[in-house]
Amino acid sequence: MVKKNISRRSFVKGLAAGTASLAMPFNDHKAEASDTSELVTLLDLSRCIGCGECVEACRTVNGHKFPQPQKPFPEMVPKGRAKVEDWSDRREVDDRLTPYNWLYIESVEVEYKGVVHEINIPRRCLHCQNPPCANLCPWGAAEKQQNGIVRIQPDVCLGGAKCRTVCPWHIPQRQTGVGLYLRLLPGFAGNGVMYKCDRCYDRIDKGELPACIEACPESVQKIGPRREILNEVHNIIHEKGWFAYGLEENGGTNTVYLSPVPFELLDAASRKGPGLPGLNKVDAAMEDEENLAAAVAIAPFAGLVAGMIKAGRFVSSKLGKQEK
Amino acid sequence: MRHSLISNKISIVLKLTIFVLALTGAAQMPIFKRYYIADLPGLGWLSDFYLTNKIHYIFGAVLLFLLAYIFTLYLGVFSKTHCVTVSGKIKGLFFILVCATGIMRVIKNLNSVTLDPFTVMLIDWIHLGFAILLGLIAAVTFITGKKRYLKSLKDH
Ligand code: SF4
Ligand code: SF4
Ligand code: SF4
Repeated sequence: MVKKNISRRSFVKGLAAGTASLAMPFNDHKAEASDTSELVTLLDLSRCIGCGECVEACRTVNGHKFPQPQKPFPEMVPKGRAKVEDWSDRREVDDRLTPYNWLYIESVEVEYKGVVHEINIPRRCLHCQNPPCANLCPWGAAEKQQNGIVRIQPDVCLGGAKCRTVCPWHIPQRQTGVGLYLRLLPGFAGNGVMYKCDRCYDRIDKGELPACIEACPESVQKIGPRREILNEVHNIIHEKGWFAYGLEENGGTNTVYLSPVPFELLDAASRKGPGLPGLNKVDAAMEDEENLAAAVAIAPFAGLVAGMIKAGRFVSSKLGKQEK
Repeated sequence: MRHSLISNKISIVLKLTIFVLALTGAAQMPIFKRYYIADLPGLGWLSDFYLTNKIHYIFGAVLLFLLAYIFTLYLGVFSKTHCVTVSGKIKGLFFILVCATGIMRVIKNLNSVTLDPFTVMLIDWIHLGFAILLGLIAAVTFITGKKRYLKSLKDH
């Protein structure tokens, strides 16, 4: 409990400092930095008892953001490929990700070094540092905020589900029959809106904790500035010899799981399938793009130089002709 | 006098580059799978968002090279004897907008960069919108015949 209070107090303090600096533009820059730095959630899996309070809290607090689809859904072309994804009659499902359930608990039993561990793993969007779901959205509907929260705008999203395809964990979930596509060409493009954990961005903006963190009776999660949390993570790994997930995955996420057993074991024991992200090793999805960016940066200058050489030759050959 | 700002070879490379960019750009929208295009033999790769995105980057770099080359050549040599026609200017402006927003997208996708959400949306919409406009212009030009983008100052 003490730990939780400290983290909560320092978190709220950090936010308050940030807000104060917004109100007073001449404040020192340190306070501003604490406001704009990315926030990381740390989940200590050894503490989670799988009570599901967090799942319930997420559904209650974020209920007003859930889709309210209109039926009947518009006919989509072609029928074989543009399939309706309707969760509105199955809102109660809470053992996987759905548009109405952004957090679920995966419970596994694994044996490690002769000891059987029962581990409960709260699963939701990891809020990647370089999120392919947002980077590759062709419509600008998904984006990462300065504070590290990755959000999909429900008013802008067309529900093409590209974000789900490119997300290494296939996190965002689609609901047909809502959103902007209904007002464009509902038969031919789009198919609803994608939903996932938005890290309770509205609560964070008000200086409150995400609902799942606040509701947890075991203080499984904490949230704080990236540097602070990573320090703590490295200390725990060093002291206890524990394992981390989210530090390297997809080039780094703003969610870090800590566990006394290796994540390969947890992954192997986890259910797999739609709406059930695994815990496998994930390479940085945008790494090649990061390298190719250099080519894009150099190209115009190379073209400029090539053009100058060609122009120089052209002019000198013309002069040569004139002299003759 | 017909201008010869760029050689035939470069003109072919430029057209090919723009074609690949249009194709891999369109592939960034989830349509090729939905409309069975990626089911056609040899076109499966069109439904791979990561692959088509990387190809888009590479040919984007090629296009930037070519456009910078052509523009420098125009400034250095042809601007003294030729001027750009109105349709050339319009097309040029659209190209600049698509390229500039393309570069901004590349910057935005860097791990170290986070732009404000509204800016991101604006960049994406301008990139998509003007690329579609360029496509429409190309279609119209194809039907009505080629427009001249440069004219000799001596024509006046
Ligand atoms: S509320 Fe806490 S202990 Fe209960 S399932 Fe969620 S994270 Fe685990
Ligand atoms: S986990 Fe998936 S949905 Fe969440 S930020 Fe990363 S890529 Fe996006
Ligand atoms: S941070 Fe908010 S939206 Fe995300 S899982 Fe927790 S309660 Fe749900």
